[in-house]
Amino acid sequence: MLEIHELYAKVEGKQILNGLSLSIKPGEVHAIMGPNGSGKSTLGNVLTGRSGYEVTSGNATLNGKNLFNLEVEERAREGLFLAFQYPVEIPGVSNMEFLKASVDARRKHLGLPDLSSFDFMKLARESSQKVSLDPAFLKRGVNEGFSGGEKKRNEIMQMMLLEPSLCILDETDSGLDIDALQVVAAGVNAMRSSARSFIVVTHYQRLLDYIIPDYVHVLSQGKIVRTGDKELAKELEDKGYGWLEKEGV
Amino acid sequence: MSDAIVNRRQSIPAVLNPFQQHALVLADQQVMSDGRAALLQTLRQQGAENFKRATWPGRKVEHWKYTSVQALKTYESAGWATPVKLPEGFCSERLMTLNATRLVFVDGALDAAVSDSMPAGISLFSEADTLATQLISSHLGKIAGSVDPSRRNLFAALNSAWTAEGLLIHVAQNVILEKPIYLVHISTGSNPVANQRTLMVMEQGANAQLIEHFLSASGEAPDSGFVNTLTEIHIGQNAQLHHTRLNLEHESAAHVGAVHVNLMRDSVFNGFTVSEGSKLKRLDYHLNHCGQGASLNFAGIYLARHDQLVDYHTCIEHRVPHCTSQQIFRGIVGDKAKAVFNGRIHIFQDAQKTLAEMNNRNLLTSDSAEINTKPELEIYADDVKCAHGATISQLDDTALYYLQSRGISPSQARMMLSFGFVNELLSGLPIEDVKLWLENWLRHRFSEDRSLVSDVNPRVKSGADL
Repeated sequence: MLEIHELYAKVEGKQILNGLSLSIKPGEVHAIMGPNGSGKSTLGNVLTGRSGYEVTSGNATLNGKNLFNLEVEERAREGLFLAFQYPVEIPGVSNMEFLKASVDARRKHLGLPDLSSFDFMKLARESSQKVSLDPAFLKRGVNEGFSGGEKKRNEIMQMMLLEPSLCILDETDSGLDIDALQVVAAGVNAMRSSARSFIVVTHYQRLLDYIIPDYVHVLSQGKIVRTGDKELAKELEDKGYGWLEKEGV
Repeated sequence: MSDAIVNRRQSIPAVLNPFQQHALVLADQQVMSDGRAALLQTLRQQGAENFKRATWPGRKVEHWKYTSVQALKTYESAGWATPVKLPEGFCSERLMTLNATRLVFVDGALDAAVSDSMPAGISLFSEADTLATQLISSHLGKIAGSVDPSRRNLFAALNSAWTAEGLLIHVAQNVILEKPIYLVHISTGSNPVANQRTLMVMEQGANAQLIEHFLSASGEAPDSGFVNTLTEIHIGQNAQLHHTRLNLEHESAAHVGAVHVNLMRDSVFNGFTVSEGSKLKRLDYHLNHCGQGASLNFAGIYLARHDQLVDYHTCIEHRVPHCTSQQIFRGIVGDKAKAVFNGRIHIFQDAQKTLAEMNNRNLLTSDSAEINTKPELEIYADDVKCAHGATISQLDDTALYYLQSRGISPSQARMMLSFGFVNELLSGLPIEDVKLWLENWLRHRFSEDRSLVSDVNPRVKSGADL
C-alpha cells in the first residue's frame, strides 16, 4: 500500500524528517506517536504535498505510484486522505458544494459516473448521520463556525464519502470530548477493511483504546526509533518519551 | 502681483462644459402639470443652481480623483429616453420571482402593464393626493440636503434639477409591510438619458423591506443609457428598513446614483448592495444618524472586469450620541478594470458612545486591475469606538491546499474560493428568494468568465508608488 523509504524533508529550511522509513500493507492500522516537534504532522503534510514542505531525499509510493511526482489533488484522487489537525474554515462555500466537488473529482479519476445531485445529497445525509453531524451542517460554509468536535466529524464524513485507500488522521483526537472521540473512532472502525490502511497520528494512548492499531511507531527527531504493538502505546503513556531517549535508541 | 492673480481668478466666470449646458437644456424640456411644477419648482431650481456652481469632476477633485466622467461626453446632445415596450417574457426571465409588490420602471417611467397595483401609501409624484403632496414638500430634497454642502455630489443636484416625476413610498405609523417592495429600473438604452427619483418616508414604528434593482433591457446588446438616480429615505423613530440595491446593468451603461438615509431615534437601517462595473458607475451612500440609539448594518459587493469601473463612496455621519454603524464591503477586480471604495465615517463632537466599524477587502485577479480603497475617518468626539480595516489580498494558501487535498483541481479551488469571498456576505440577506437569486447570479458570473477568479498573485502597489 504505502512504502516510505529513507525520507528526508525540510520545512522553512529546517530539517524535520531524517531518514524515515515505513511500510504499510493493505488493511493495517499504524499509530505514530512521539513528542512535540518530532515530525508527526510534517509526515502527513509531506505525503499530501503541501507547499513549503520540501522533500530533500527519499521516496514514497502509494500502490506503486511515486507520490512525489504527483500534485496535491492527484495524490488525493489516487486515494490518499489526510484528516487535518486544524480543518480550514471556508465561509461562502457550502459544505455540500465542497463535498460534491471532491467526490466528483475522485469518481472521475476512478472512471465512475458523476452522482446526480439527488443521489449525492442522499449519500451526504447518510454520511453526516453516521458521524452524528446534523445534516443542516451540509448547507453551512465549510467548517464555518463549527466547534472543534464538529470540524473533526466533518473530516471523518469527508473520508467516508471519498473512500480513500490510505487515511492519515493527524491528531484527530486533539480537542475532542469523550463522546466525540467515540463517534470519530466508530467512524474510522466502520471504514476499516482489508483494502484500506490507516496512519493514526496521536499524542495520547486514549484514542488507541478505540482504534486498535496493528503497529505503534515512536517518532523522534524525524525518524522512527521504536516499533511495537499496542502495548508500546501503554508503556509510553506510563513512562513518557524520556525513557526512550535515555536508552539511547 | 499675487493680488492681481487672485483678482483675475475671481473674475473668471464659471464656464459650463457642453455636458452641463446640455443637462440644463434637458431640464427645460421637461413638461409638467401646473400643480406638479409648483410642487417641484424649488427643488428643481435649487438643483440646477447647485449643479451650475459645482466643480466639475477631475483628478484634482478629491471625491472624483480616481473616477473619470469622460464617458458623459457621449451625452452632450442626447435626448430624454422615450419608454419602449419590454419584450415578451422579459420579466419572468430577467427579474427575481418574489412575493413582493413589484413596480417596474422603464427608462424612468412606470410600466403599469408589468407592475402590480400600488398599495396604499405608494404613489407617483404626478398622482400625489393631499397627504402625499405634504410628504413630498416636507421631505423631498431635505434628506439629501442635510449633507454638508462641501460633501454633496453634483449629480444629486442634477437629479433634483431633472426631477419631474418620482415615486413616493409612505409607510404609516406602526405599519408593518408584509410584502417587500420590489422596484425595478430598466434601461433600454434606446434613447439615452433617464432620471429616477424615489422618496421613502417611514413613520414611527414602521417596518419595511425595499429592493431596488437596476438592469439593462438586453443582457448582451450595448446599453447607451445614462441614468441618474437618487433615493431619499427617512426612517422614523423605532422604524426598521431592510434595503437592497442591485446595480447590474450592462457594462456599456453609465449610472450615477445615490442613496441618502436619515435615521431617527432608535431606528434601524440594514443595507445591502451589489454592483457590477460599467463604463461609468458611481454610487454614493449617505447614511446619517440623526436620532440617538439608531443603528445601521451595511454590506456591499462589487465586481469589475474587462475595462469596467465601479466606484462606491459611502459616508456615515454620526451626528448624535449612542449610535452604531457596521459596514463591510468586498470587491473583486480583474482584467483592466478599476474599483474605488471610499468609506467616510464622520463622528460629530457630540456623538459620544458611538460604535463604528468599517471593513473593506479586495481581491485583485490580474496585474492590470486597479483598486483604490480609502478609509476616511473624521472623529471629533473622544469617547467612541471606531475601527476600520482595508486589505488587498490574494486567496488563502491554506484554504487552497485544503481543497486540493480533497482532489479538487487548483483551477476549480480558486474559483470556489473567489466565489466564496463575496458569497459569504449574502448570508445576511433576510429574503431567501433574493439570496438564492443572487447566489445563482454570482455562480453564473464566476463560471462563465475566469476574469474574476484569482489565478495570479498580483503586485500590490502602495499609495506611495502611485
